Amino acid sequence: MNSSPASDRIVARFRHGYTGFSLEVNLDLPARGVTALFGDSGSGKTTLLRCVAGLERAPDAFLSIKGEVWQDEARGIFLPTHKRPLGYVFQEASLFPHLTIRRNLEYGQKRVAAAQRRVSLDQAVALLGIGPLLARMPAHLSGGERQRVAIARALVTSPRLLLMDEPLAALDPRRKGEILPYLERLHDELEIPVLYVSHSPDEVARLADHLVLMENGQVRASGALTETLARLDLPIRLDEDAGVVLEGSVSEIDVDWHLARVAFAGGKLWVRDSGVPLNHRVRIRILARDVSLALEPHTGTSILNMLPAVVTQLGDDLHPALALVRLDAGGAPLLARLTRRSAAALDLHPGQAVWAQIKAVALIG
Amino acid sequence: MLLTQGDLSAIWLTLRLATVTTVVLLVIGTPMAWWLAHTRCRLKGLVGAVVALPLVLPPTVLGFYLLVMMGPNGPLGSLTQSLGLGVLPFTFWGLVLASVIYSMPFVVQPVQNAFEAIGDRPLEVAATLRASPLDTFFSVAVPLARPGFLTAAILGFAHTVGEFGVVLMIGGNIPGKTQVISLRIYDHVEAMEYAQAHWLAGGMVVFSFLVLFALYTFNPDRKRGGA
Repeated sequence: MNSSPASDRIVARFRHGYTGFSLEVNLDLPARGVTALFGDSGSGKTTLLRCVAGLERAPDAFLSIKGEVWQDEARGIFLPTHKRPLGYVFQEASLFPHLTIRRNLEYGQKRVAAAQRRVSLDQAVALLGIGPLLARMPAHLSGGERQRVAIARALVTSPRLLLMDEPLAALDPRRKGEILPYLERLHDELEIPVLYVSHSPDEVARLADHLVLMENGQVRASGALTETLARLDLPIRLDEDAGVVLEGSVSEIDVDWHLARVAFAGGKLWVRDSGVPLNHRVRIRILARDVSLALEPHTGTSILNMLPAVVTQLGDDLHPALALVRLDAGGAPLLARLTRRSAAALDLHPGQAVWAQIKAVALIG
Repeated sequence: MLLTQGDLSAIWLTLRLATVTTVVLLVIGTPMAWWLAHTRCRLKGLVGAVVALPLVLPPTVLGFYLLVMMGPNGPLGSLTQSLGLGVLPFTFWGLVLASVIYSMPFVVQPVQNAFEAIGDRPLEVAATLRASPLDTFFSVAVPLARPGFLTAAILGFAHTVGEFGVVLMIGGNIPGKTQVISLRIYDHVEAMEYAQAHWLAGGMVVFSFLVLFALYTFNPDRKRGGA
């Protein structure tokens, strides 16, 4: 895990006691893509983010971003927040109410030396689609618009690290849907590593590359999204939403039946055609409850997607009647939720070859 | 029958005193208000109480102790004498010092309330946008607290214009030097010059009303929506 050089890692160790709560983390994360900090409220996600930003000072801490040390209490190093090249998007947009949108955007940008500006105002405005808002005052914007401005405002400081604290949590579902595509573009178009705090499995599935599960101020798991979601031993899974996220590309489009075929490591799956062009990278999400197992490939079934797979592990599930089975389909992990009785009837055990029948596959961005 | 030369000089002195006092108070009261709004120090309650004391003390009590302290044998008097400034009682600057203390809560409290109403979030946002604490203070805190400053300036000015007891104790009643409008009115009444007293007293009523009317009408405090 620590094989790559420190220059493309985020190393964060914090120990910070509060009354009734303590944060104790030791993380080594990739400094690229989106890392989701996922957990219930009170699990310490936001505190961790605030420590990374320097808004809270943990008395025992080490933090380096791509080899740059921002905090090392052992050597008495602590960069105050305004000296850290980061962007921070708060849960509520927190625009300055006395400044127009344009001047809100310029506030951070003009405080960054011109030589260090890599994201231009025009670029950020175009990326978040806020061109028509520039002359307005924050009070006259909708919640979704404000949050897009807040994201653009953070981007134009050309941060080396972008911190986002549940940027969608304060928005209703429609506004959320309005912003998610912008966040995906951010992910695809800018090479800024993002720490993204969330308690929404949906957002994590759509945006994250790396997943950190937090519980009671501690890290329960940290790893690549696909791998971590498929682990059976995690105390907080995504509960009803247990499942995997896989990456693939569109390999075929069936115009007659409005279906698209997504090729990934484990084979090919039919999904509803949502207009994604051929050869485009996509993410698909397969929930454990939508996967059933059979020993023989079935015919005469309505299920479109069947993949050969091998059982790798059996684990406990939410209820004693249920079991969660981890499969390997050509190198891609899958999860299946079965009753224990079915698992016993099929005599499932690690190493056994099965057919995974997948009832539903969701294309997520 | 209009204002006499003595009336005019009392008006001029009062305006000068109120202006200087307000400026001094905004300069020293703002950092105090900031400290009171943000400190977690245990002295906060003590300092807050001392600042608020002039709200409840009779002006004569305040004036009496200030006179003792500024006098030749008082600690402040010794200091000003050793600096070669002489003693402050019965001078314009003595009045300024007394007025600053007397009107302090009227300036510090509105500014403190305004700073507290801003909360930590805008300051944290500014820090994440590379603004140093001092930069944040001037580019975020002061503009957002503008209604508080406006209230503070108006109240501080108006309260200084209206003072009587403290000025009498510290300044005596020296025409052209320490005789402010309220003392001048008192003199007119003592001398049974009711017409003269009316001009000044009526002027004060109109002035005070206009100031408060402007404060309640134009202060953007209640108009601006948050974001």
